[in-house]
Amino acid sequence: MARFLARRAVLSLITLAILSVIVFLGGQLLPGDVGRAVLGPLADARAVALFNHQVGVDRPLAVQYFDWIAHFATGDMGRSFTFRSPVAPFIAQALVNSLKLAALAFVLVVPLGIAGGVWAAVRVGQWGDRALVLLGQSLGVVPEFISSIVLILVFGVWLHWLPMSADWPEGAGPLTQLRYLILPALPLVLVFFGYIARVARAGTVEALDADYTRTAILKGLPMATVMRRHVLRNALLPTITVVASLLGYLAGGLVVIETLFHYRGIGALIYSAARAKDFPMLEAGVLTVGAVYAIASVLADLLSAALNPRLRGARA
Amino acid sequence: MAADVSTRPTEPEATSSPGRERWLAAARSPTLIAGLLILAFWIVCALFGAGITPRDPYADDLLATLLPPSAAHWFGTDQLGRDIFSRVIVGARDILIVAPLATLLGTALGTALGLCIGYFRGALDEVISRIIEALQALPLVIVALMALAAVGTSNTSVVLVIGFVFTPLIARTVRAAVLNETDLDYVAAARLRGDGALAIMFIEILPNVLPIATVEMTVRLGYAIFFVASLSFIGFGIQPPSADWGIAIAENYSLIGSYWWTVLFDAGATASLVIGVNLVTDGLAGVLDA
Amino acid sequence: MRDRQEKSPATDSAARADALRFEDVSVTYRSGRHDRRVLTGVSLAIRRGESYGLVGESGCGKSTAAFAAIRYLARNGRVSGGRIWVDGRDLMALSQAELRRLRTESVSMVYQDPGRALNPALRIERQMMEVFEVAEGMSGDRARSRAREMLARVQIGSPDRVLRNYPHELSGGMQQRVIIAMALSTSPALLILDEPTTGLDATVEAEVLDLVATLRAEFNNSILFISHSLPVIARMCDRVGVLYAGELVEEGPVSRVFHAPRHPYTVGLMRCVPRYGLHKSQGRLETIPGFLPAPGSITDRCVFVTRCANATERCAHEVPPPIVQEGHVARCFYPDRAAQLPRQSLQDSAALSTGAAADAAGSAGAAPLLRAEHLSKTYLVSGKPFHAVHDVALELWPGETLGLVGESGSGKSSLAKLLLGLSVPDEGSAIELCGDALPARAEDRTRGQLKALQIIFQNPGAALNRSQTVRRLIGRSLRLVGLSAAAQEVRLREIAASVRLTLRHLEEKPRQLSGGLKQRVGIARAFAGGPGVVVCDEPTSALDVSVQSAILNLLVDLQAERQVSYLFISHDLNVVHYLSDRIAVLYLGRLMEIGPSEKVFAGPHHPYTEALLSANPSLEEHGVQRIRLRGELPSASNLPTGCVFHTRCPRKIGAVCEREEPPFALAGEGHAIRCHIPAAELGRSARAANRPKEPR
Repeated sequence: MARFLARRAVLSLITLAILSVIVFLGGQLLPGDVGRAVLGPLADARAVALFNHQVGVDRPLAVQYFDWIAHFATGDMGRSFTFRSPVAPFIAQALVNSLKLAALAFVLVVPLGIAGGVWAAVRVGQWGDRALVLLGQSLGVVPEFISSIVLILVFGVWLHWLPMSADWPEGAGPLTQLRYLILPALPLVLVFFGYIARVARAGTVEALDADYTRTAILKGLPMATVMRRHVLRNALLPTITVVASLLGYLAGGLVVIETLFHYRGIGALIYSAARAKDFPMLEAGVLTVGAVYAIASVLADLLSAALNPRLRGARA
Repeated sequence: MAADVSTRPTEPEATSSPGRERWLAAARSPTLIAGLLILAFWIVCALFGAGITPRDPYADDLLATLLPPSAAHWFGTDQLGRDIFSRVIVGARDILIVAPLATLLGTALGTALGLCIGYFRGALDEVISRIIEALQALPLVIVALMALAAVGTSNTSVVLVIGFVFTPLIARTVRAAVLNETDLDYVAAARLRGDGALAIMFIEILPNVLPIATVEMTVRLGYAIFFVASLSFIGFGIQPPSADWGIAIAENYSLIGSYWWTVLFDAGATASLVIGVNLVTDGLAGVLDA
Repeated sequence: MRDRQEKSPATDSAARADALRFEDVSVTYRSGRHDRRVLTGVSLAIRRGESYGLVGESGCGKSTAAFAAIRYLARNGRVSGGRIWVDGRDLMALSQAELRRLRTESVSMVYQDPGRALNPALRIERQMMEVFEVAEGMSGDRARSRAREMLARVQIGSPDRVLRNYPHELSGGMQQRVIIAMALSTSPALLILDEPTTGLDATVEAEVLDLVATLRAEFNNSILFISHSLPVIARMCDRVGVLYAGELVEEGPVSRVFHAPRHPYTVGLMRCVPRYGLHKSQGRLETIPGFLPAPGSITDRCVFVTRCANATERCAHEVPPPIVQEGHVARCFYPDRAAQLPRQSLQDSAALSTGAAADAAGSAGAAPLLRAEHLSKTYLVSGKPFHAVHDVALELWPGETLGLVGESGSGKSSLAKLLLGLSVPDEGSAIELCGDALPARAEDRTRGQLKALQIIFQNPGAALNRSQTVRRLIGRSLRLVGLSAAAQEVRLREIAASVRLTLRHLEEKPRQLSGGLKQRVGIARAFAGGPGVVVCDEPTSALDVSVQSAILNLLVDLQAERQVSYLFISHDLNVVHYLSDRIAVLYLGRLMEIGPSEKVFAGPHHPYTEALLSANPSLEEHGVQRIRLRGELPSASNLPTGCVFHTRCPRKIGAVCEREEPPFALAGEGHAIRCHIPAAELGRSARAANRPKEPR
């Protein structure tokens, strides 16, 4: 098991390394001279050159890359061009915000989705199953920014139950923060409920049809035991992978939702950095999101291996 | 003759072709029909555009700004006094050009890529799969953002960027299907006939992975529409002065408190289009996977 | 009317004396809007302590009968008529709780593919213990010690280690033993076995069957044994029932049914099976003409009438009732005439000339068509070398059939792939076709070389591209020949006709064809280019017995007409012996023996061959002592030193077997054996004396 973990961690590092190269090169593709973009079109050419030299963008690419990576690994993510101050605190704060929202959505949608999927699978073909599948599909089909708008209109504008933006006042306690986060979390729950339920249902149906489930039933075991001990373990394996990628998406892909709700998460941070061509902020943000995803998928693989002994490595 | 008899087949002949039966069942599928109807409606809107709207969607009328829905303006008017109903109708055009083209591009490239890495495997597969995995660590929106910020935003660049962003995802699915196929003996039989790699990939294997690729494509199409609308909303998609729904929502979003109609109908239109595509996807999946 | 429901007290009390009783049982499946009756009016009774076999071909409903007996039909299936008693209790009247109780205590089931029947995520001990937890309310150590006890009873040598294992860490044979142990844990009154050894190697199968027989004596339970293999049923059962298209057409004591059958179908079935010792030069195989009807589709006449050579007008208009004679039942109007069912085969078949041609070619010193030397293939698995094939040399002469025999891990499939160029052999390997060196990869071979060497695959479903029509499938292989379009069409039709496919078949796709028809397409494809050598990789293993004999006859005819040589790979010794002129035996990638089929079968032969032959289930009386191989098959990445067979060899002579690889020693004309024991001292088959000497 330890060997499996080590191997998996190494693979993740490789993925992250490739990602960092892609991000770095991608950042380099953004057009425009850095100095020119920061100092403005009217600045003197020499001032621009001096600025470029100061921030080090006139060095060879490989040198820039390794310098960046070395600093990143030690926590120094460079200085923002726009804010003229270290990037790391911005990233940290934004990440914390995104994780809060992600956690809320996660905690709501994952149990609901799995429960729904398993419930439907046990009744496969009957009306309960069809109803659930239909429900999941209809909810899941509407893009989250559309459902956000509808929800904002209904709960924010018309009913005044919930605040319209997730911009809570300074020093607000956890319960207040929760209240502000419900509205942005809801569209996520709606969209992903169907997706998770579908995967959980498929996995459960397959496990229910498997020969080993038949063996368990024919031993005379009560259905509850069969479900608990035999079916769920194997049924939820594919769900774990899906849930892990969900976590990665929730932590970084919510650009639109964060914009809609004026929420200072990492998606919004990346977006504004992209518009402002603030390379250090942009690259650091994107790499952080990638790292979150990589960690989530390592965790998912660990959990999968724990549930499925065959994955644990080349034995026999 | 006895020798004749002792080698004759002893199994019955087949009856009707199951393929045809499936298409007939498809024609009766309510989801497929509903989806196609919705799509057809919006395609008509996109094709005829301003020709079928009650009022000119681009005409300002500064005396009639921000009017709520009424008999004169079914969906009300926006900040510049333009009839929202007409704008919603013509707003279908850009997205119905961009999203399908991007999806088609992504599917074509992704299928070709998936075929190659699935068939050849080895080092090529390892390297490309690692790269695909790395890219997948990033949400598509972010990748698209970075790319569009780099090359500039226009309908063409949006098509290309989304197409390239979809390629690895589709390639992954196609690769998995191809791996299953290469295990089957008919591929070996083709090698023993002297068929070259290209022939085997495209003549032997492709027809068998096409159903999966097609379902992927329709799924991606729904996602593409949503994606383009989201990108337009944050300013990196379709550009003004198009009446595109995403732009309209972005432009009027700050007014949502008091002037809900400026946003709701565009949102509803987007939702209906995505729902239509998803219904078609489900209907087709039922036919192709059966 | 077939479906009658009678509730008489007499029946109930009679039922209590039986472990299983079916009375006029019908089972119907609903698919779409149609009902399909899979079993019709089946009545049978298994007394306590008795072993009953249910035999039939695919689709006859035997598995359905088993699942009905345990009330585990698919969601769309139901018992539409009749009554079932298990252990004296009316099965359909049980509540869910009572049914669970019954499944724990009174009935157990063992089925095919033991690997999938065990939960891959749980250790063996967990899966075994839960039986005791449910049945006897035990837990913890008590349950574990009972589990250990049961594993010891199924002759597993190290039960503690096995308990800690996960299913995928055990071999197929071990897995099946574990399942049998689980099934017998609660001493059920009835043990149902549904094709329990299909898919296992012959030697492993023999051991598992021996185990079941031994355990039956110890536990004294009844057995319902379902199989398509007549010899296996003959071994394991006291009585047998023959199912055809969902009806029980004959039933009785095994010896009577198999030696004096009273239903034409049983007669036909018996005749289809290649008997031990039969060779193609002695006659063709029988087939059953006509087509298998869909179960439940024939209700107003005898279900077998379209294929029966004894049929009269009466058979076509009335349903024959079961006619009983001293415990031997047959659903036929003329059971006494069954034994005189006319035969199809001709004595002077084309096959006779094939054997002669092969002999002539061999003795005339003609060059071998195909020749391989030092053929080896080594894979690297997690850094360790895995020898799939090691230093094999063989020759194939024009017009002859070389049979290749071996169990799983023997390397026979790998060998075939090497010869065809589908996988690249190790350095030092050499393959020659008609004297010219053959490039190692198929991609490097010329058209002529590709044409000359073709293959028929085992699994016709995977071997045909499901998106292409039959015309295309055969046509693409015709391109190797390079004819004009018109000439191609002519040849296409000719090939299709030679495998008995009609023009209509040409336009169909594989999913519309049955297994036998698909395999004919595979054969047509192989012969399309006019090959000189055709590798047949288990071509009939996936087919029913009655379908198999037609295909084997076809292969014999094609060989005679077109002068091809076959490399015939199979695990079924009788089939191999029927078709082959020479036989090669492989074990762990090495050639153990090669020689004329008569000699290899009669002996003297290699100890492994001896064990294989003794494991071969057969319908004849046995006087054969089963030779049991010790231990398990060694892993090919960790091969024994010296002779690879020494870890299991019952005739091992001593340290020399562990030290030195034995050389090939001649044991007669063209017969070589790789063993340290001199040929004169090696075993001979006791069955040689029973072999039929003249044509049947």
